[in-house]
Amino acid sequence: MDTLKRFFDGDIWWSFKQSPLTIGASIVALICILGAVLSPLLAPHNPYDLAQISLLNSNLPPSWMKEGVASFPIGTDQQGRDILSTIMYGSRVSLLVAVSAVLMSIVMGVSLGLLSGYVGGRLDSFIMRIADIQLSFPAILVALLLAGVGRQFLPRDQQDSLAIYVIVFSIGLTGWVQYARTVRGSALVEKSKEYVQAARVIGVSKWRIMVKHVLPNVLGPVLVIATLNVATAILTEATLSFLGVGMPPTQPSLGTLINEGQNFLLSGEWWLTFFPGLALVAMVMSVNLVGDWLRDALNPKLR
Amino acid sequence: MSNAPVLEVKDIHIEFPTRRGVLKAVDGVSFSIAPGEVLGVVGESGAGKSLTGAAIIGLLEPPGRVASGEILLEGKRIDNLPYEEMRKIRGRQIGAIFQDPLTSLNPLYTVGRQLTETILTHLEMSREQALERAIKLLEEVGIPAARERIEHYPHQFSGGMRQRVVIALALAAEPKVIIADEPTTALDVSIQAQIITLLKRLCRDHGTSVMLVTHDMGVIAETADRVAVMYAGRVAEIGPVSEVIHNPQHPYTMGLMGSIPEFDTHRERLIQIDGAMPRLDSIPQGCAFNPRCTQVFDRCKTERPELLVAGKTRAACWLHAK
Amino acid sequence: MSAFVTLNNVSKTFDVSAPWLNRVIERKPPSYLQAVSDVSFDIRKGETLALVGESGCGKSTVARLIVGLYQPTKGMITVDGKDMRLVDQTGESSQALRRKVQMIFQDPYASLNPRWRVADIVAEPIRTHKLLTDNAAIDKRVAELLGYVKLTAKDGEKFPHQFSGGQRQRISIARALASNPEFLICDEPTSALDVSVQAQVLNLMKDLQREMGLTYLFISHNLQVVHHISDRVGVMYLGRIVEIGDKKQVFGDPQHPYTRMLLDAIPDLKMTGKARTPVAGEVPNPLNPPSGCAFNPRCPKKFGPCDKDRPQLIQFKDRQVACHAAV
Repeated sequence: MDTLKRFFDGDIWWSFKQSPLTIGASIVALICILGAVLSPLLAPHNPYDLAQISLLNSNLPPSWMKEGVASFPIGTDQQGRDILSTIMYGSRVSLLVAVSAVLMSIVMGVSLGLLSGYVGGRLDSFIMRIADIQLSFPAILVALLLAGVGRQFLPRDQQDSLAIYVIVFSIGLTGWVQYARTVRGSALVEKSKEYVQAARVIGVSKWRIMVKHVLPNVLGPVLVIATLNVATAILTEATLSFLGVGMPPTQPSLGTLINEGQNFLLSGEWWLTFFPGLALVAMVMSVNLVGDWLRDALNPKLR
Repeated sequence: MSNAPVLEVKDIHIEFPTRRGVLKAVDGVSFSIAPGEVLGVVGESGAGKSLTGAAIIGLLEPPGRVASGEILLEGKRIDNLPYEEMRKIRGRQIGAIFQDPLTSLNPLYTVGRQLTETILTHLEMSREQALERAIKLLEEVGIPAARERIEHYPHQFSGGMRQRVVIALALAAEPKVIIADEPTTALDVSIQAQIITLLKRLCRDHGTSVMLVTHDMGVIAETADRVAVMYAGRVAEIGPVSEVIHNPQHPYTMGLMGSIPEFDTHRERLIQIDGAMPRLDSIPQGCAFNPRCTQVFDRCKTERPELLVAGKTRAACWLHAK
Repeated sequence: MSAFVTLNNVSKTFDVSAPWLNRVIERKPPSYLQAVSDVSFDIRKGETLALVGESGCGKSTVARLIVGLYQPTKGMITVDGKDMRLVDQTGESSQALRRKVQMIFQDPYASLNPRWRVADIVAEPIRTHKLLTDNAAIDKRVAELLGYVKLTAKDGEKFPHQFSGGQRQRISIARALASNPEFLICDEPTSALDVSVQAQVLNLMKDLQREMGLTYLFISHNLQVVHHISDRVGVMYLGRIVEIGDKKQVFGDPQHPYTRMLLDAIPDLKMTGKARTPVAGEVPNPLNPPSGCAFNPRCPKKFGPCDKDRPQLIQFKDRQVACHAAV
């Protein structure tokens, strides 16, 4: 309660209220996230319940067009599934993959960065050289390679059900470097501050200093990168799915939907790709805008 | 020498608008500096002394602003000038020396280039003459082998030498007034003594007036003719240096003087002023010093004192009300 | 009285070489900075020894060596007869030594973790050494410690940024006192503070010393402060002690020209107009110190042996001084 009161009294909430663009972006982001998370409750249809779909409804255009039907506001696909519902279910998959991948990157990156910065020496050189090597490949290439190769090692009948783990892993593994570098830099700064020396003089153990003293003071920038990286991870996942190494059609993400829809782009069913694409853009852009604001709000120099 | 002041500050107010209301950092400060005079402005952090200096040279950082009052340079108002005109006055008529010499020097240019540029901007002369003048200035501030060192970059100088370069830069266009904001604070004691001596000598030779902003009473005692003691955005006491130091009239000045450890008299305990300077958002009613004052009485808590004649100085304290 | 803290020929060298790859490519030799050279002194129980000198003279390095933040390259430091190298080991006697020696830092804005509440900051030594385990007892002890430094138990609920510089420095002192230390190392504890606040902190430190029988090593560049707080003074120049002895002797009748110079550099607050030798020159680059006596290029009394032989610290007129002129 006290914390809540302090938050609404604080500078961050104030800077949020000062920025209409951020308020708009967070409303859009909130709608996207709620729509995705609560899709089983909110979606007008369940596109994966065979009892609910009918081929009679296939390839209907959005409701405002000549052949449109009111119960399918933005049309249906060739199997008669409601596009709005597939988008909501697809966003849920995209978001789940992106958030899990980012969490994995954070855990890996923050712990390696903290070790690298605080312990230093050879361990630091070792971790940072690995980071350098990884950075010399484009992230999407690494993810593509991991997702593509990782999939081959799985038994054929489980490939689809395990695909989500492979994809989280491959996106997560490409993201850690950024966190590790940021955290390492901040850890180096914090390490030289007198409160860390004071803890050493008191006799606090190295691990405890790292976790209790240094870690809380290096997390600010991590929060910013994480927000921006959720947007990037959604895009990476969409790219992988679009290229066919991502989520399978039985559990489609936004990228899978766009991939499937593009086959019909030239035959006139534009809504199959357009609306999933729009949802992707809205989600990524709103999250990015919130992340940008957060970066400025947490930067004391710009305040 | 005429007796009309070179610089006059009249009832200046500096404000910082924040989301929690307007903070008054400087609240009605007035003083003047005569030609050739060194006015020390002393106070603890947050007293508003540096802001006053920044307002005079027109380098108040936004959102800070001069809310009211006038700043006059040789009788002409300069606080309401447009940026370009103020830029011409800065350097030409008002020089500035800051605490950290590295921030006043451009690390990418040689000191010679910075000096000649300043000279050429403000004075009518050829590039050769400007260079000669730059070398002469460096010699004057005590930089050995000035003719060679003029080709050097700021990082090739030591801290003390850098501050000498900054002084040369401030003097380059023969300004009427120099605003020196904590010019010796970042320096070691032995270097500090050299810089004080240098500044004092140069200003005497050139007849330049100085507003010396510092927290160090010792520096003031060595350099200034008069001193203004600031507290919480106001002048608490102003008068000739020796009077203020030997015979302070405001309880704050007394406490300040008593809290400086000395060599000749040994005391087991220093005189301490309890508490701390109030934050800008909670300046007490009446006299801002009243919660810390040992001689406080009722009037101090309600009415704010203006500067009153107190012996040979003027002090903003009700103890001196007739 | 016997010595409580002893430094025996302590030296510290820092490797300030460029990274290995740069050294190989640019053919630069490795370079070492001799921050502290052959420093020896004793501190008696209950007294205050101050180290003064300009920036780069090694006084802060000495402080960090004693407290164990750095390991000496050479020499030995003992506190109460125990080798300070012990603190890096585990075990009860190491913990006991750790508790005995505490430190107060210069920057009150950096020495407290901004994300911790004051009560947790002050309780950290208690929790680390398990001096008390019961939370109620810890709270009581924290309140007592905050009381020593003229703060209240309620202040413990706040975060460091809600305090002024002087108050933060007092919180630092409370934290240092939490493990019942006997020896406090104070590294420029008042140089970031305003004078009126400095007086509060100095008075508090003197009171605490009297009440608890603390021993202080006080590091400062401010001679007036040192004169006020200390019993004995050591003057350092470029990593070495050039003069050390009783405060009255060293300040009243300085024998090393550098001590003389430092005293002359102090602004004359009372404006007595007494004659002073003008100060000249700057501290040389410690990577490339002058031969012989390090002070010789600035010394007004320089003569024959000064730029050839390094003077040893010798007993002279009730203090020790390292100067060829003092014979």
